[in-house]
Amino acid sequence: MSAWEVVIGLEIHTQLATRSKIFSGAATAYGATPNTQACLVDLGYPGVLPVLNEEVVRMACKFGLAVGANISRRSVFARKNYFYPDLPKGYQISQYELPIVEGGEMVITDATGKAKRIAITRAHLEEDAGKSVHEGFAENSGIDLNRAGTPLLEIVSEPDLRSAKEAVAYLRKIHAIVRYLEISDGNMQEGSFRCDANVSVRPVGQSELGTRAELKNLNSFRFVEKAINFEIERQVNLIEDGGEVVQETRLYDSDKDETRSMRSKEEANDYRYFPDPDLLPVVIDDAYINAVRASLPELPAAKQARFVQQYDLKSEDAEILTVSRAMADYFEACSESTNAGAQVIANWMLGELSAALNRDSIDISASQIAPAALAGLLTRIADATISGKIAKDVFEAMWAGQGTADEIIESKGLRQITDSSAIDAIVDEVIANNPSQASEYRAGKDKLLGFFVGQVMKASKGQANPAQVNDAVRRKLR
Amino acid sequence: MSDGPESLHLQTLSELSAGLAAGDFSSRELVDLLLRRIDDNKSLNAFITITAEGALAAADTADQARAAGSGGPLCGLPIVHKDLFCTAGVRTTCASRMLDNFVAPYDATVVANLANAGAVYLGKTNMDEFAMGSSNETSYFGDVKNPWDASKSPGGSSGGSAAAVAARLIPAATGTDTGGSIRQPAALTGTTGLKPTYGRVSRYGMVAFASSLDQAGVITRSAEDAALMLGAMAGFDERDSTSVDHPVPDYVSLLDAPLKGLRIGIVKQHFDDGLDAQCAARVKEALVALEGRGASLVEVDLPNLDLSVPTYYVVAPAECSSNLSRFDGVRFGHRAEDPKDLLDLYCRSRAEGFGPEVKRRIMTGTYVLSAGYYDAYYLQAQKVRQLISQDFKQAFDKVDLIAGPTAPTPAFALGEKTDDPITMYLNDIYTIGANLAGLPGISIPCGFSDSLPVGLQLVGPHFAEDVVLRCAHQYQSITDWHRQCPENFR
Amino acid sequence: MSLSKQQVQHIAMLARLSLDDRDIDEVVEKLSSIVEFVDQLQAAPTDDVSPMAHPMNQVQRLRADAVTEPNERDRVQQNAPSVSDGVYLVPKVIE
Repeated sequence: MSAWEVVIGLEIHTQLATRSKIFSGAATAYGATPNTQACLVDLGYPGVLPVLNEEVVRMACKFGLAVGANISRRSVFARKNYFYPDLPKGYQISQYELPIVEGGEMVITDATGKAKRIAITRAHLEEDAGKSVHEGFAENSGIDLNRAGTPLLEIVSEPDLRSAKEAVAYLRKIHAIVRYLEISDGNMQEGSFRCDANVSVRPVGQSELGTRAELKNLNSFRFVEKAINFEIERQVNLIEDGGEVVQETRLYDSDKDETRSMRSKEEANDYRYFPDPDLLPVVIDDAYINAVRASLPELPAAKQARFVQQYDLKSEDAEILTVSRAMADYFEACSESTNAGAQVIANWMLGELSAALNRDSIDISASQIAPAALAGLLTRIADATISGKIAKDVFEAMWAGQGTADEIIESKGLRQITDSSAIDAIVDEVIANNPSQASEYRAGKDKLLGFFVGQVMKASKGQANPAQVNDAVRRKLR
Repeated sequence: MSDGPESLHLQTLSELSAGLAAGDFSSRELVDLLLRRIDDNKSLNAFITITAEGALAAADTADQARAAGSGGPLCGLPIVHKDLFCTAGVRTTCASRMLDNFVAPYDATVVANLANAGAVYLGKTNMDEFAMGSSNETSYFGDVKNPWDASKSPGGSSGGSAAAVAARLIPAATGTDTGGSIRQPAALTGTTGLKPTYGRVSRYGMVAFASSLDQAGVITRSAEDAALMLGAMAGFDERDSTSVDHPVPDYVSLLDAPLKGLRIGIVKQHFDDGLDAQCAARVKEALVALEGRGASLVEVDLPNLDLSVPTYYVVAPAECSSNLSRFDGVRFGHRAEDPKDLLDLYCRSRAEGFGPEVKRRIMTGTYVLSAGYYDAYYLQAQKVRQLISQDFKQAFDKVDLIAGPTAPTPAFALGEKTDDPITMYLNDIYTIGANLAGLPGISIPCGFSDSLPVGLQLVGPHFAEDVVLRCAHQYQSITDWHRQCPENFR
Repeated sequence: MSLSKQQVQHIAMLARLSLDDRDIDEVVEKLSSIVEFVDQLQAAPTDDVSPMAHPMNQVQRLRADAVTEPNERDRVQQNAPSVSDGVYLVPKVIE
């Protein structure tokens, strides 16, 4: 494998989070009863005409500006002609020669930990197709056109990616950006964010590209990585066995973890693109672009840098905290409500909170424990009301909906013992109960300090302030 | 003009409107009379669908509205629609087997606008299949006969509309004009046919042939009626991205402004070899008449006129090949029996549903857009379209209107040109330029050649419908060619 | 340029039109005559001419992002040749 270089380019299809479709006033909600959200325009009825949704233009501009691309002052919709049952008009309205977004880049971290720029060729607007349902209709397939006409932004990268891991890293960055910009819900299960990968291999040192295969139907980060890795291995084995890679479309089958040729699409396609005569050139002026630019939120890379600077966080932690706007907002809301320290908040968010969210498959925006509530808990650690260990129990109780940190601490009597006479009393008792260990310690076996502290904590049911216990044990055994 | 209800069919829309207003007759009486005439003249084959019941009900409603003083400008006036405009609940066939049983669930904007103005529609007229033809012979429902001579074609594609108006079955009919489909049949039937500026009238609900060329218009018996109809049909439509938001003037009130000072362009290429001698003579006589009304004649040049037909026969088929892809036997339209697989469903449904001319155009369009040919044909045609459009622009720097023949010959015999598509296509040589450039044009009768009507075409710059109509109206105020009625239909 | 039978068959396939063997010669002949006719465009000098896609020099108007179309499935499907449980049926699509 080391003699081969992998070359990957991604085409990412992002459904834009509009209320209505790109060219019609039908709703775009996911999961509706078949064909109840397909109006005459979506169905390609005779006589009806498309009118462009203003929101899709704005969203495409937002994306373009966010990745440093050029926003075309004039873009043109074209027809891509082919017959397929999920394509009602016999053509897909897309952008071909003059897309709305050209150029741009996304920085990822490569395997060596270095920043790597991935060039974005273009991003263009188009309409999604419907869906074919293959089960339940005997010799037939059923066609549901609810999805037909849903706006898509297709984001095309240059073939700059050199491994499946890089491809996934890039995909995650784009995913984060579209969610930051709130132009897509990014829901991969529902198909709102999906990608095709163009994969080829070539001997290291060769500048000419190898023949590529296009992998379709990659609808999770994990599948992207697995499908690409499978495909790399397939191509390398094929070439090493004296075969040749053919340019084709391949479908990833996640059940079998393999890619296979889509023979139905093998027939030579000739899409006969031409400007859609029902639509006019989309013209955008500087004032519009400036207004969109002014509306952009702080983007992940900028936010990460700020978190490191402003909160003195570790860069890795800042990167994870800024992966989504909801996560970053949570962090900042939390840090506003407590002086527990940014790193403590980060540790808790990336530790207990993330674990609980993952366990229950909940997005942070819907977390049972609101930022202020977590802040309340962390404040009680900071002011020594409870120990970090007790805090974990309190967190679980909060997660289970038993109340605020303070309520739980009170009702369960978890307040830390900080009264030094009370601590001294427990220490005296523990020393009295363990005379031989006490003699050994005094004789120089320092390691036994931990034993005494542990016994005291146990006797206090974990509520004694550990630092005070430490002091008291040392003092009494001096 | 006659007074008795027996001759109401001879009256123009404007005259009928006055009669309705005066209470001389009711809309119901009028509609009833015309329905009988339509029924008596079925041999013309001008209609695909007759909507007697709906028309009578609408006439009653109009009569009530008029009595209450609340009717629109066309209240109770009878019209018909080319069977290319979608009509809610009434089938829209486009004269194709493909849509034999298709019932649109909505009204085209043109249909809705005319209904809102109070017009009552009596049926849907025959046409060339999907508006592809110049003789009405490509209709799945058979030829339409020319009322002036049943062995002759009425022209096309709006042949049914033109024949119905010429035969005094209806005073006004909607049409569509992609390359001359209103003006050419108007010329061949002695009627008045107006194609407005591209974008003047909404295309929403008009089944598309070639989207960048299609424009809805009207066939009437006078320019005054065309003005009346256009006022009701025109206007911005937010459902059509190519609809232009441009004010709609009161066309009727502008008809009588003097022609003095009007500069009329004469195109020397119009009088080349291809034009029938008698047609040329009639057109020249008409030009002299206009000069007599104070207009001045100026020679202008349209150097690329010869290329307009080949340009059209790349652009229009290209757009049609894509526009007609939606007819695949899945959601509506003809579906082949027992398809053995998906490909078979597509190929047979479409081959059975479309007639030979439509298939030829779909294939021509597929070819000119296909890989390796796009630049040489489609892109080149778009560039020549630009040249033709610039020719017109330059001409309109010098003149207010361009006048000339509408068609190279009077009505030709049915069957005469069906074997040779190119000869048929060349019938539109004088009309196609206006479509390529998006210009308004009208054809009005200007005499006869061997007892068959000859048309004079007037073309203006964008949105100069008022000038086109004014010139046509004043010509009609000094001539009576437009009042001539074919013998069997008086 | 005249078209070959093979070219015409390819075009017919792209356009999803089945061609009857009996008709093919006539189709080839007529399509060829049309292509030859439009070939005269090749001679036009268009080097510095920009292509014209629309007759009017207008720009695309934008629609507000609002849901305006209600569910009309049942009415619309009355035109459909083959439906079941609200979906359109086609011979099985193999992927």
